[in-house]
Amino acid sequence: MLAEFIQFLFSGITIGSIYALAALGFGIIYNASGVINFAQGEFIMLGGMSAVVLAAAGLPLPLAILLAVAVVAVVGLLLEKLAIEPARNADIVALIIITIGASLVLRGLVQVLFGKNTRALPAFSGDQALQLLGATILPQSLWVLGTTVVIVAALAWFFGRTRFGKGMLATSYNRLAAQLVGINTRLILLGAFGLSAVLGAVGGILITPITYTSYDAGIMLGLKGFVAATVGGLGSGVGAIVGGLLLGITEAMTAGYVSSAYKDAVAFVLILLVLFFMPRGLFGAKVSERV
Amino acid sequence: MRIKALGRLIGASLIGFATALAALGAWAAEPIRIGSVLSVTGPAAFLGEPEIKTLQLYIERINAQGGVIGRKLELVHYDDGSDAGKANAFTKRLIESDKVDLIVGGTTTGSTMAMVPLVEAARIPFISLAGAVVVVEPVKKWVFKTPHTDRMAAEKVFEDMKKRGFTKVALLSETSGFGQSGRKETLASAPKYGIQIVADETYGPKDTDVTAQLTKIRNTPGVQALFVFGFGQGPAIVTKNYGQLGMKLPMYQSHGVASEEYIKLSGPAANGVRLPAAAVVVADKLPKEDPQREVVVAYKKAYEERYKEPISTFGGHAYDGLMIAVDAIKRAGSTDKEKVRAAIEGTRNYMGTGGLVNMSPQDHMGLDLTAFRMLEIRNGDWVLVD
Repeated sequence: MLAEFIQFLFSGITIGSIYALAALGFGIIYNASGVINFAQGEFIMLGGMSAVVLAAAGLPLPLAILLAVAVVAVVGLLLEKLAIEPARNADIVALIIITIGASLVLRGLVQVLFGKNTRALPAFSGDQALQLLGATILPQSLWVLGTTVVIVAALAWFFGRTRFGKGMLATSYNRLAAQLVGINTRLILLGAFGLSAVLGAVGGILITPITYTSYDAGIMLGLKGFVAATVGGLGSGVGAIVGGLLLGITEAMTAGYVSSAYKDAVAFVLILLVLFFMPRGLFGAKVSERV
Repeated sequence: MRIKALGRLIGASLIGFATALAALGAWAAEPIRIGSVLSVTGPAAFLGEPEIKTLQLYIERINAQGGVIGRKLELVHYDDGSDAGKANAFTKRLIESDKVDLIVGGTTTGSTMAMVPLVEAARIPFISLAGAVVVVEPVKKWVFKTPHTDRMAAEKVFEDMKKRGFTKVALLSETSGFGQSGRKETLASAPKYGIQIVADETYGPKDTDVTAQLTKIRNTPGVQALFVFGFGQGPAIVTKNYGQLGMKLPMYQSHGVASEEYIKLSGPAANGVRLPAAAVVVADKLPKEDPQREVVVAYKKAYEERYKEPISTFGGHAYDGLMIAVDAIKRAGSTDKEKVRAAIEGTRNYMGTGGLVNMSPQDHMGLDLTAFRMLEIRNGDWVLVD
């Protein structure tokens, strides 16, 4: 019984930390611009896909990973420069629609350049599952979990301690006021896209050995990541993590104890409940307190 | 009076032109127009792409050898983007403005079923490349199909399970159309083989982890084997999780994963997995005396030489569809639609990539269980087990 429960828990934590990584990327751009970046799922896909293609071209894995992150960062910066910045005076909804367009373009480009097949990346520390209390977990899941924790800590430091990070937060609260006190909001927005592209890429690379990747992998990851971000409270780092894990664990427990057919339904009911009683998400309120 | 005369003059010259044009057409031996609506882009692209490539390749080859009954073949192709609504609109265009002689296509069951009412009304022979039983059951006068059905896959698997003495089986199916149709057929045909489905779980086509479902299945009392029904990356993730959990339950997959990609993605966990597949997957491994060897090896060679990518069963379905159509036109000696339809229905002993085809007025697919080979994956490669 206990072993069963722990297995479901591991399953939930693995899926959940993937959702959490996706949710974090949504939060950063939202903080800097108030925009929900619907191309976030594509950043994740592009990270995994670039690493696979570079590794398949014969590069050693660590180098392929670094290059893949760089590629996606450049894509994120270009997206901001070429699509978002020219329309920066448009309202939020227009910007959101632009990101949807960007996601379609990225998906199409990958489909044409790298094909429609599902691709795999070797696991960083082998495929031998670890045994714990009668349940098993893949070493790669630990990589995902560990990196997620490191990223959250780094982001907390970035937003709380650095000038650029604080500038980003200030811009999100009031762009005009931020400009008046001398913050370069253009640079902030560019930085936010670069940062969340890097975050997406790291997430995508970490999860590809577990989930595989294909040109359309970003759709589902983006959707679930957005849901996790909303549950946790948009823009909150802790919220993204908790939202992601909560979503993942609920899914796994439902699949295990109720029926896999209701897995997604129960997750969505949970979201409705959270949003009904806490419209800003679980941790959304804390963000407004900081103002 | 003068206006009337002028009218008569114009009328006469129009008739003259028309006659001249008709004569010219006959002299140039009008091509046989083969219409096709395939899902070359969109989610079903991995099916549609090899299909269109196969059609293009073989129509080119047939034309290079002088065509059929002295006429060239001409392919009129539309891509429905895996959208059944578009398939319907393009079929209308094929019938009304392109005036095709027959249609080969309809990649997915959804697209095919959207095309069926149109071809039935227009009375045009239609060979579908879609999998589900519903395409040919109940029999529709003008509709035929080449791929194996999910019911056949389930029956082939049950046959093998029975041989190994398994009677209590867990089913794990995908929530996609393919998986759910497969689930329905599996549940329906299990009692015929004395097999009891003791667990009936599902997973989403984009799910990234199914260890919860597998744990539940492993803990089901009395379970002897696992049958997974899905295609694409889902079954590979199932297989990987199965390895992660160290499960020893014999695993069966459906014909949906009969590709090198599945083995590559699943890694060592796929060893020991059994699945029903068309002979085309193991073309090189068929024994010399196998009656199907010649056709699948020739297809494999032609396709791989041209496109530098591995063949799939799906392209093979398009090959069979085209060859059955060409053969029927030859036997009919014309493109008269009723004669061609009757000739397709009269197809006997046609050995294709999918298996031996014997059509009849009651059976518009013409394949039986021998069309599937039971394969096992050993050391990352296919092995024939029967």
